[in-house]
Amino acid sequence: MSSPFSINGGAAVAMVGKDCVAIACDLRLGLQSLTVSNNYPKIFPYGDVYLGLTGLATDISTVSDLLRYKVNMYRLREERAISPQTLANLVSSSLYERRFGPYFVSPVIAGLNHKDGKPFICGFDSIGCIDFAKDFIVSGTASDQLFGMCEGLWEPDLGPDELFETISQALLSAVDRDALSGWGAHVYIIEKDKVTKRLLKGRQD
Amino acid sequence: MDALVSQLETPRSQQELYNSEEEQEQLALSLSPSLKFALPPIAQSQAWLRAMTDDYSNPNCPIKIAHGTTTLAFRFQGGIIVCTDSRATAGNWIASQTVKKVIEINSSLLGTMAGGAADCQYWLAYLGMQCRLHELRSKRRITVAAASKILANLVYSYKGMGLSMGTMCAGVTPQEGPALYYIDSDGTRLAGNLFCVGSGQTFAYGVLDAEYRYDLTDEEALELGRRSILAAMHRDAYSGGFINLYHVKESGWVKHGFNDMNPIFWKTKLGKGEFSNVTADLN
Repeated sequence: MSSPFSINGGAAVAMVGKDCVAIACDLRLGLQSLTVSNNYPKIFPYGDVYLGLTGLATDISTVSDLLRYKVNMYRLREERAISPQTLANLVSSSLYERRFGPYFVSPVIAGLNHKDGKPFICGFDSIGCIDFAKDFIVSGTASDQLFGMCEGLWEPDLGPDELFETISQALLSAVDRDALSGWGAHVYIIEKDKVTKRLLKGRQD
Repeated sequence: MDALVSQLETPRSQQELYNSEEEQEQLALSLSPSLKFALPPIAQSQAWLRAMTDDYSNPNCPIKIAHGTTTLAFRFQGGIIVCTDSRATAGNWIASQTVKKVIEINSSLLGTMAGGAADCQYWLAYLGMQCRLHELRSKRRITVAAASKILANLVYSYKGMGLSMGTMCAGVTPQEGPALYYIDSDGTRLAGNLFCVGSGQTFAYGVLDAEYRYDLTDEEALELGRRSILAAMHRDAYSGGFINLYHVKESGWVKHGFNDMNPIFWKTKLGKGEFSNVTADLN
């Protein structure tokens, strides 16, 4: 019950749509049963690629900061923004560097490829194995519930508005069946030259 | 009826806990709760039960029991307020959001559930039976003191075998007036003015202690009960769902609804400006 992955709680999900992707997370930060904060977003932007991190809060901060540093260095050296695929490989190799003392995080990436505009999402385990998916990626303490909701609600070629509705319903319903996540949510809808960020008012229990 | 009474009034000490296969068949046939429970057929059955069911002493225990609750009850000038949440969890999984944690023992006695859902449900139903039998035998309502002592003695006789319950008995009787007792599976039995029980008890105490007075009006008392449970539902991950509210008066208890916390929470936040920690806009 005191696995580092479920001390703080939290959930994240990414979905593919037609020429768009979505990524969403809950807002809870807790210490086991005690809810410490209800404004702890778990999605971090790196240019126009988005990374969701769930797991141990201290490692969420460490990993997000480490990747911000690495992505900034990449942009300076290459003089271009990082693509989602490149970020995926960067995350993977950064996590594997800690193979024998891992960061307790389950990252999720969502973005559009810069060259062809194709949607890209992927997820990782805590030591960097990449899970490329065509439909959706889930992570966090409500991942079982998210799998169920996504399997039920997701369909191919959803437009941005439908995709927002789908990912929001999936996340809200999933966290309502998990004691350690919820308390509101953030949703990002990423289109070719527009990113929409929305706050979902979830149940506060 | 006499046959039923005599069957059920056999003192527990005369019955054996251990039962053979024929007895188990008989047990399955009889519909009323009996006090014969099959025990694990090993020498140290108590230690074994503890290891298998108590996730505090053994986090990997294979038998997970539904836990997590906030319940409260307090005495005041107008009677007793009893209020509970309605969430049942098994680990982090929310098994139900619509549990009835207040058990109506009779028209003037209430019991609350915290801890093992099955333990509370079974033993409070059993207590209800015993209270009814007391009533039939002595031609008057059982006192809250007596009812709570039946339960306390009962759970004490199973001490160390993994029962998990924290309950409150609230009622008004002609002999005692409004009376409130706390009983838990360690065998504790306390009379008092104000109790909160469960994983969210500290949060409920925080609100309740700050605002509690004995001379609260009925409306103030109901609102305080509701607000205390709301605070606990918000901060405690294992409490939530619906707010179940009761008022026990001389004339018996009155139910004041089983309401979803969500609209009540937002009304409290946006209407009264409380819960300012919760963000309602994007930054």
